[in-house]
Amino acid sequence: MDEATADGLRIAVLVKHVPDAQFDRHIGGDDLTTVRSESILSELDEYALEAALQIVEAHGGAAAGHRVTALTMGPAPAVNAVKKSLQIGADDGVHLIDEALRGSDAAASSKALAALLRHVGPFDLILTGMASTDGETSLVPAQLAERLELPQVTFAASIELTNDDGSWTLAARRDNDSFAENIEATLPALVSVTDQINEPRYPNFKGIMAAKKKQLQVLTLADIGLQPDEVGFAGSWTRVEAASPRPPRSQGIIITDEGDAGIRLVDFLAGQKLL
Amino acid sequence: MSTVLVFLDHPGASLAKSERELLSLGASLGDVAVALAETAGQAYLDGVGSYGVQEYYRPDSGAVAEVLVAGKAAFLAEAVRTSGASIVLLGNSYEAKEIAARLGIRLEAGVITDVVGLESGLVATKADFAGSYTVNCRVTTDVAILTVKPNSFEAVEAGTPSSPREVPLPVELPSSAARITGRAEKPASGRPELTEARVIVAGGRGVDGNFGPLEELADALGGAVGASRAATDAGWIEHSAQIGQTGKTVSPQLYVSVGISGAIQQKAGMQTSKVIVAINKDADSPVFEIADFGIVGDLFTVLPQATEEIRKRGL
Ligand SMILES: Cc1cc2nc3c(=O)[nH]c(=O)nc-3n(C[C@H](O)[C@H](O)[C@H](O)COP(=O)(O)OP(=O)(O)OC[C@H]3O[C@@H](n4cnc5c(N)ncnc54)[C@H](O)[C@@H]3O)c2cc1C
Ligand SMILES: Nc1ncnc2c1ncn2[C@@H]1O[C@H](COP(=O)(O)O)[C@@H](O)[C@H]1O
Repeated sequence: MDEATADGLRIAVLVKHVPDAQFDRHIGGDDLTTVRSESILSELDEYALEAALQIVEAHGGAAAGHRVTALTMGPAPAVNAVKKSLQIGADDGVHLIDEALRGSDAAASSKALAALLRHVGPFDLILTGMASTDGETSLVPAQLAERLELPQVTFAASIELTNDDGSWTLAARRDNDSFAENIEATLPALVSVTDQINEPRYPNFKGIMAAKKKQLQVLTLADIGLQPDEVGFAGSWTRVEAASPRPPRSQGIIITDEGDAGIRLVDFLAGQKLL
Repeated sequence: MSTVLVFLDHPGASLAKSERELLSLGASLGDVAVALAETAGQAYLDGVGSYGVQEYYRPDSGAVAEVLVAGKAAFLAEAVRTSGASIVLLGNSYEAKEIAARLGIRLEAGVITDVVGLESGLVATKADFAGSYTVNCRVTTDVAILTVKPNSFEAVEAGTPSSPREVPLPVELPSSAARITGRAEKPASGRPELTEARVIVAGGRGVDGNFGPLEELADALGGAVGASRAATDAGWIEHSAQIGQTGKTVSPQLYVSVGISGAIQQKAGMQTSKVIVAINKDADSPVFEIADFGIVGDLFTVLPQATEEIRKRGL
């Protein structure tokens, strides 16, 4: 992935299909993997897709030759994350599917995604969410940058691209606990974005109709040159040994203020030895 | 005995509580060596020394801190090789997790984030699905990289300060890295760090721009002030005060939720708190489902009354 294309940006957006947090989520089966029914496009990846679409729009649109590709890795239903992305506005989609991917930890996922991006690319810009809403490790973007030897611009709360004689530079802002940072990189680069960066759009009727005609490529490990034991359980460097649902919090005491609730609160805190 | 490498980022004037927790945990697992990415003062180094640390590694050039994440990961990989460490402990900030992520690829080592417990055989405990699951997992590679949540392990009293020796390490920076071109410090609140605080008073949209009554209660309780995304988005308080899925995950002894409805993304960051108190004028707010003590009432009357009562009792 060393060469940026001269005619328009090629942007990859990594979108994950995750269990909907509005419902109870479960870990199950003998192999302790995430139960993936009731799944949706990870909310946090919508910010990455929106960022990609805004970059295209700010720099001449599709007419300038820019192209946004949505990529996912996961079992059969994961294709819905790509389909939704096509409806929202991605130009084409890729689904990496293989039984051997089951059980992949962050290291194995980043290995597969890196190989996928190399195979489908080269890309000028790879955009991801700040975290997947199921795994929530935020490991994958940094691991991809390391594997692909790309500048890492992660947790970006704002990004701006400038084109100087055909070479692109990117400026970003990142918020840490006690300070904010300004970051600069030249493309190609890997960027993860936070939910502060934009307001994701919804698919409209036109987008939903247009999506049906967009190209969606389905690939397996063999297609991207990986062996089954390089990913999945075999290729992972961590292992889940046990998983149990936390007991739900027991129903507490609810009172309605009758003029003394502040005092009753202090009584409660004193009783709990919290003062 | 195994060597445990503890990575300390952004050193302050003296060791923070979470840093003492990391060093204590390290000392319980083996011989501790320390990697410091940035310059530290003498008081800080004395603190490090008091945990029996003989050596601390430093990059031999300041450039490490000028590139985002990649530089520190390269430095840490060097420190692991030099020290022969089989366990690497880091804090749990976004940056620390990312450094751990890249280090994992460099060393072909497994990474476990958000660790809150550690059993023999290095079986780590962490919460999953926004605190609704408890998961035990283990690294299967020779080197284990763990990012540890504050308040999870006890900070053992340190011993007599000794002077650890500085070991400079040459670090080769990745040729294509993002550069940090500017850094703006945020004003310090003088209150405890959110992830370390024993008590948090958090406000949401119901606060309507006025965090005053929350700050007063927080100060009476020696706590920190947090917020929902609605409150940080409105600009009433720093973004770094946000608690939830895309903010901080906290588990204090006491979480006082004030004028917050309790959306799933907010719960994701606080539902493992020991005791939850909720104050909301809408009895149907979902926050009451997870509250140990809930008050249906107006925060602007309940909070000042509680603060005054605490002061009156001389607590
Ligand atoms: C991708 C994504 C990520 C998100 N991440 C986060 C996150 O990290 N953290 C987070 O908090 N949210 C997050 N959110 C937003 C979340 O969904 C909610 O919108 C948000 O938490 C609502 O904030 P709130 O409870 O303060 O406001 P509201 O839902 O508007 O609730 C305000 C509450 O205040 C009460 N109230 C009003 N006046 C008073 C009064 N005088 N006295 C007492 N009570 C009063 C009301 O009854 C109401 O229940 C995220 C959303 C998305 C889509
Ligand atoms: N299976 C996957 N398919 C596509 N993208 C992924 C996948 N896993 C992780 N990602 C991307 O990496 C980001 C961070 O994920 P994580 O490291 O799991 O928290 C997500 O927001 C996605 O953009």
